[in-house]
Amino acid sequence: MSAVAVIAGREVLAGVRNRWMLAATLLLGALALTLAFVGSSPVGAVDATRLSITVVSLSSLSVFLVPLIGLLVSYDALVGEIERGTMPLLMTCPVTRWRIVLGKFAGQVAILVVATVAGFGIAALATGLGDGSDADAWGAFGIMVGGSILLGAAFIALGTLFSAVVAERGTAAGVSVAAWLVFVVLFDMALLAILVADEGQAVSGELFRVLLLLNPTDVYRMLTLAGSETVGALSGMAGVSAEAAFGPALLVPVMLLWIAVPLGLAGLLFGRKEL
Amino acid sequence: MAGAALALEAVTKAYGRQPAVDGVTLAIAPGERFALLGHNGAGKTTLLKLALGLTRPDGGRVETLGTLPGSPDWTGAKRGIGFLPENVAFAGAMSGRETIRFYGRLKGVGRAACEEALAQVGLAGVAEKRVKTYSKGMRQRLGFAQAILGSPRLLILDEPTGGLDPDSRRAFHATLAGLARQGTAIVLSSHVLTEVEAGTDRVGIMRRGRLAACGTADELKRRAGLAVTIRVAVRPGGGARLAAALDGRPATRINDHAVEIGCAAGEKRVLIERILGLGDEVEDIEIVPPGLDAVYARFGGAGREGAP
Repeated sequence: MSAVAVIAGREVLAGVRNRWMLAATLLLGALALTLAFVGSSPVGAVDATRLSITVVSLSSLSVFLVPLIGLLVSYDALVGEIERGTMPLLMTCPVTRWRIVLGKFAGQVAILVVATVAGFGIAALATGLGDGSDADAWGAFGIMVGGSILLGAAFIALGTLFSAVVAERGTAAGVSVAAWLVFVVLFDMALLAILVADEGQAVSGELFRVLLLLNPTDVYRMLTLAGSETVGALSGMAGVSAEAAFGPALLVPVMLLWIAVPLGLAGLLFGRKEL
Repeated sequence: MAGAALALEAVTKAYGRQPAVDGVTLAIAPGERFALLGHNGAGKTTLLKLALGLTRPDGGRVETLGTLPGSPDWTGAKRGIGFLPENVAFAGAMSGRETIRFYGRLKGVGRAACEEALAQVGLAGVAEKRVKTYSKGMRQRLGFAQAILGSPRLLILDEPTGGLDPDSRRAFHATLAGLARQGTAIVLSSHVLTEVEAGTDRVGIMRRGRLAACGTADELKRRAGLAVTIRVAVRPGGGARLAAALDGRPATRINDHAVEIGCAAGEKRVLIERILGLGDEVEDIEIVPPGLDAVYARFGGAGREGAP
């Protein structure tokens, strides 16, 4: 078994033992079920399935929750092991530091995949079965789950980077909270403020589109909410989608960059770290 | 230094302006048991970290198992290294067996060898229990088990006997002796000087980052020129005659009829002859050679490093 798989396996085992995986699954599942039944009740005569509406609600929820879970799982990945004193043993094993970073990342992403698929899957099965949800709605659900995993992986990569940079767990936690605030709340508010103040003078449509790519949560929104006709219409993102004109062919690689760049930097910095 | 398990040449390392290791040159041969002694902050742990590639030297050269730490061959070279850090820690949610198998997989060691290591440290019976339920001594033994996995060619142990009971210490030293016979080079740091004296081939004493002295325990005692202690017991009432025989030489009174006298190695014979001249008055005479503690105090200085 490769060193990456061995380290990833230990991360998953630790996630199961310390109930992290269960907690994340229950949290996502409970909120998804609530949204599925409460949020999709006003379907009425609207030409939409309950699953489509649930996907819209869940996407809005994921933008807040998934980055938080990603950061919580990863912020002490490296610095925590150094602080607890378990890292020197790992670093003196015949494993490169790159593989340590990759193994921990892979294990944490595996925890996120289980929590997302199981948590959201419950809601999808509860709403999607029996009311004749169409292939478009199930497709949108698949994109949403896949997008959530990519979004979570991007924030796990960011958390790993913070963990490689700072010297104390407390600092890593603080930086992670700040990053969550910036990416999930402040970035869009600032963008909105700039647009309002600018009144379309300096910030062109093209610049706006590029600016959206600078935030993984916006990439996720474009990917999931504008990815399906019905979901796009329901979420009011259809217009944005047409305006933004970014398809999955660009958005998925951008999201992968949001994973690869922080993870690469984390590997470089951790490789130079002295204990 | 060719063929050395660990070779350091004029190695320096400083944290800020504070030198932690200052110009240390040292070579440890395969099969040799080497002990590093020194107060807290003397540079022992930093020296071990340099050997393990956990930190980089500012100057000089470190070669561990013939490889420069951090070089392209380093990951492969680490297969031959076993390490037990001071205050070893493990993920508490995993059992002893899961922990040892985790390190076994990373080191390319099979399950049978993992079980053997657990049995060797006396943890086979509690291997299914979570590590968080282990006592400090048990964690230390688990740490030792992972260090000896795969019969390393170089074993580096930082304060390895802390938390071990006397039986475990004996077993620990017996295991070290067995590994050394098979050719494993052992470097350990310790404050337990009496153990080091019996269980190592060579001793290095560190003081303020420098290797203040290095040699066998006997060599160091000779070089230190420390006094031997002669303990004399006389029959009740013989104290006055003993004092006369000592001819004003300072002696430490132990009780009514026993004293301790310090004397330079060269004066020992003359003094003993004088004491024996008291005839039947002498109940007992004992010669106590200088222990490593005294050598340590001589070369390592007193008190913590950096203390005023």
